[in-house]
Amino acid sequence: MSEPSPNNPAPAEDAESAPRPGRIRKPIGWSTIIIAGLVAVSAALVWRRDGTDGVLDILTHDLSLFGGILPRVLAGCLLGAFISEILPHERVSRSLGPKSGLMGLLIGTAFGAILPGGPFTAYPVASALLAVGADFGATIAMVVSWTLIGYGRAVAWEIPIMGTDFTLWRIVISLPLPVLAGALGRFVYVRLYPKPDAEDDET
Amino acid sequence: MSAALLIDILLWGSVLGVGLIAFRRGPPVFKASLREGSMDFINIVPRIALGVIGSGYIAAIIPQEVITGWLGPDSGWLGVATAVVAGAATPGGPVIGFSIGTVALKSGGGVPQVVAYVVAWALFAFQRVILWEIPFMPARFVWFRCAVSVPFPFLAAAIAMVIGKP
Repeated sequence: MSEPSPNNPAPAEDAESAPRPGRIRKPIGWSTIIIAGLVAVSAALVWRRDGTDGVLDILTHDLSLFGGILPRVLAGCLLGAFISEILPHERVSRSLGPKSGLMGLLIGTAFGAILPGGPFTAYPVASALLAVGADFGATIAMVVSWTLIGYGRAVAWEIPIMGTDFTLWRIVISLPLPVLAGALGRFVYVRLYPKPDAEDDET
Repeated sequence: MSAALLIDILLWGSVLGVGLIAFRRGPPVFKASLREGSMDFINIVPRIALGVIGSGYIAAIIPQEVITGWLGPDSGWLGVATAVVAGAATPGGPVIGFSIGTVALKSGGGVPQVVAYVVAWALFAFQRVILWEIPFMPARFVWFRCAVSVPFPFLAAAIAMVIGKP
């Protein structure tokens, strides 16, 4: 996937001439508003049940958690930014774009399965892939593969808690799911948003 | 703790690796992506903050016992459907999710139901979606991904019913 391409200096020029599409959208969207509402209701319920102390307990615990997560979030953001800068865009849209077929879904699945780290790497990298030309189908295959057959969580948590037999068996059952989810995603996406990216077809 | 240290080493090692590749493409490319990554970070911090603190409160009003209760030895497709909802509603991180799965397995829960629970937890656990996926990915993608994933815990349960126990 990330093999060096000495005979392909195009991405550098590309990166300077055309501004990269923003990967992270406006800070306040509907999802944020809905979550904020949900949080306010939950906090109010906690307050009614446990009083001010209960609310403050959770707040201090989560603030320390937040402090611990921040460096990893920074690393994830940098990883996503570097990857979207160094990946050759036209090659990504060829091998992971809407026209990439089964191969694109398989590449997305393989990429998700081998990606190191936790959610702080998976989602920034997935977002970077979307920005440089992967379609929803291949990106869904990647995210689903990371969460279902990625080795990171299985080795760190699932095997110690649920046992090796169950984990391996569960992973075998899950093997076809990323490709199927990606294929279903592509199938639905084309029908939901029928306008094709005509300018991509010409390249 | 050593696992966390390993993750951090792997993570920053990867950042260093791709950073080096970007640097060899030329300092402007390197500086541009460094600035881009830092801006992403600054933009995302408020949303991560809302996710971390918010999911703590949501988790506090959905106690673990409620989830365990939903995962009774209910067999059949109704049990699978309950397991899927339970997986999505499970608060907390992987320790809690997998521990609930183990408890269900030991206390007589059906294997297909537990598989459906673990797969649904992996796909939809609300805390991961709120805390990580929505802040980092376009919201449209997240909702689309979740909607498209709905059949798959059921499919996993069906495969488990066909091929039998581990």
